[in-house]
Amino acid sequence: MAERAFTQAMGRDEATGGRATVDAPFGHALVEIAKSRDDIVGLTADLGKYTDILPFRDAHPDRFFNVGMAEQNLVAVAAGLARTGLVPFATTYGVFASRRAFDFIAIACAHSNLPVKIVAGLPGLTTGYGGTHQAIEDTGLMRLIPDLVVIDPCDATEIAAATRAAAAHPGPVYMRLLRGKVPVVFEPDGFEFTIGKARLARKGTDVGFVSTGFMTERALDAAAALERRGISAGVLHVPTLKPFDSEAVIQFAGSVEHLVTAENHVVWGGLASLVAETLFDAGMTRRLTRIGLPDRYIECGSVPTLQKRYGLMIDDLVAAAAGERA
Amino acid sequence: MALANHPPATADIAALRARAKSMRRHVLTMARGPGQGYVGQGLGISDVLAALYFHEMRWDPADLKAADRDRFLLSTGHYSIALWAALAETGVIPLDELVTYGADDSRLEMSTLDTTPGVEMIGGSLGHGLGQAIGMALGLRLAKSPARIFCELSDGEMQEGSTWEAAMAAGHFSLDNLVALIDCNGIQADGPVVLDMEPVADKWRAFGFATQEIDGNDMAAVVSALKEARATGGKPHAIVLRTRPGQGVPTLVAREKAHFVRVEPDEWDALIAELERTETDHG
Repeated sequence: MAERAFTQAMGRDEATGGRATVDAPFGHALVEIAKSRDDIVGLTADLGKYTDILPFRDAHPDRFFNVGMAEQNLVAVAAGLARTGLVPFATTYGVFASRRAFDFIAIACAHSNLPVKIVAGLPGLTTGYGGTHQAIEDTGLMRLIPDLVVIDPCDATEIAAATRAAAAHPGPVYMRLLRGKVPVVFEPDGFEFTIGKARLARKGTDVGFVSTGFMTERALDAAAALERRGISAGVLHVPTLKPFDSEAVIQFAGSVEHLVTAENHVVWGGLASLVAETLFDAGMTRRLTRIGLPDRYIECGSVPTLQKRYGLMIDDLVAAAAGERA
Repeated sequence: MALANHPPATADIAALRARAKSMRRHVLTMARGPGQGYVGQGLGISDVLAALYFHEMRWDPADLKAADRDRFLLSTGHYSIALWAALAETGVIPLDELVTYGADDSRLEMSTLDTTPGVEMIGGSLGHGLGQAIGMALGLRLAKSPARIFCELSDGEMQEGSTWEAAMAAGHFSLDNLVALIDCNGIQADGPVVLDMEPVADKWRAFGFATQEIDGNDMAAVVSALKEARATGGKPHAIVLRTRPGQGVPTLVAREKAHFVRVEPDEWDALIAELERTETDHG
C-alpha cells in the first residue's frame, strides 16, 4: 500500500517553490501601518491565531476586539466602528466571512461604502478540513457585491503591500489571506501595489497565464519549465478581482494565441469567468484553458494530496499551456 | 460644540406628549399619500422617539455629523415612517416633504437608507442594528467620547440569530453607553408574533443587560426608564417596550395585528380626527 499523507493543521507553509518565506506578513504589516494611524482597529471571530492578527493585538491591545465565534456580528461591529471614523480590519476564514456574513458585508459595509477590511484566511484549497473550511467560491461571491474591492494576493510581499493599500482605500475590501510562513515571490524593494492593477510578471509570446493568488507563483515556475521546452509563456498576475483590470487582460491576450487562467477557486464566478467576460466584451476570441477547482465539494485530506488530485500543481499548468490538457 | 437637548433635570411630560402627538399626525400625513405603510408600528413607537429626540439624546439638528452626538439606530428599517416623523418634528426634514413618503425618488423611503439626513445606518435587513450599535459604542468609548447609542429593535427581530450574537458581545464588552430599545408590539410579517419570544426581559438579563420592562406608550415611564439607563454604569441597557400598534387612533388599534396597514382613501380624515381627540398616552 502506498504511503499516505495526513491532514495537517490549518493553512500553514504551503510553499511549493523552495522560496524564502516571511512569517505572518499581514499581521506585521498591520502593526507597521498602525504605528502612524491611530484609526486602525483589529477584530477577529475567535480566529486571531489562525489569521496572523496576533502581532496587532499584542502591539495595540486597546484597539483589538475578539467578538467570539460570531461572523455576522464581527462584520456588523466592524461597520459600527467604521461609522465612528475608524478603519477596522476584521479577520476570519473565507468560508465564514463569505457564506455566513454575506448580508452584513453587502448591506452593513458595502452599501454605505464603509472602510471595513475583511481579511479571509484559508482561501480555496489550503486546508484539508473539507468543504466546511475550503473557501472555493468566496471571490466569486464577493465580486458580486457592488463597491467591494476583492484581492487575492500572491505572496508575502504582496500581502504586506495590499494591506497598506486596503488601509489607504476609503471603501470596503475583501482580501484573501495566506498565513504562517508565506513565500516571497516578488522582490519587496520598490514593490508597488495598486488596487485594480494587474502586474505583467513575465513576458511570453506563445501562451499566457492569467493568474491570481498563489497560483501566480506556480504559473511563474510553470513558465520557467515551459521555456526549457522551447515554449514562451507569459504571466499576467491579477491580484485584484474587483475592480478588474480588463485593459491589462485585453492587452496581454493580444500578445498570445492561448490563455490559461489559474486560480485557487472554482473556475466559475472568479478569475476565469472575468477573463472570459472581458474577452467577450472586447470582441476577442482566444483559446482559453481554465485551471482551478471543480464544481464539487472537496474531501478531507492533506493539502499536497488534494492540490495534486484537483490539478493546482505546476505540472498541471505546464500541461495546460503545452496543450496537453483540455 | 454646543449640543442641543441635553437632558434637563426634569422632563416636561406634557410637552413630550404633545411632540408624540404631532409625530403621529406626521405618520398619518405620510401614509395618506400611498394609502398604506407601516402605520401601526409608526404610531406605536412615537412616544419613544419623542422622548429620545426631545429629551434624552444629546444631539444637534443643525450638526447631524457632530462626533460626540448621541446616535439613534433604527434597526427595523420598515419603521422609517416613525423616523421621518421624528426628523420632521425636529426640523431636519421639511414638513411639506412628508407627502412624498414612499414615492419614487423621495428621500423618505419605505425602508431606510442612510442617504437621508439624520439616518445613522441602513435598517431593514433585520438583525443588523445591534451589532453596528456595538461597533459604534466601542468606537466612541475608544475615543473617550461621552456619546451614547440608542438602538431600536423589535420583538420579531429577536428571531434573527445575529441579534443574539450582538447581545453576547454587548455584555462581554460592558457597553454601558449602549441602550437597546426593544419594541414589543406583538406583530410580525405573518401576523401575531409567530415564534414565542417570551420571557423577553429575562433573555436580555441573561445576556448581561441591565433590563427594564415598561409600557412603551406611557411617556412618564419611558422618560424614567431612559433616566435609569443613563444613571446605571458597567452594563449595557435593555428597555423592553410594550407598545400598541396603531396607538393614538382607536380604529387602527382595533385593526391591530396588521403588519402592513391598508386604509381606504375616504378613511383618512376620520382617522386624523380620531387622533386629534384621543389621549395618546396611558400615563
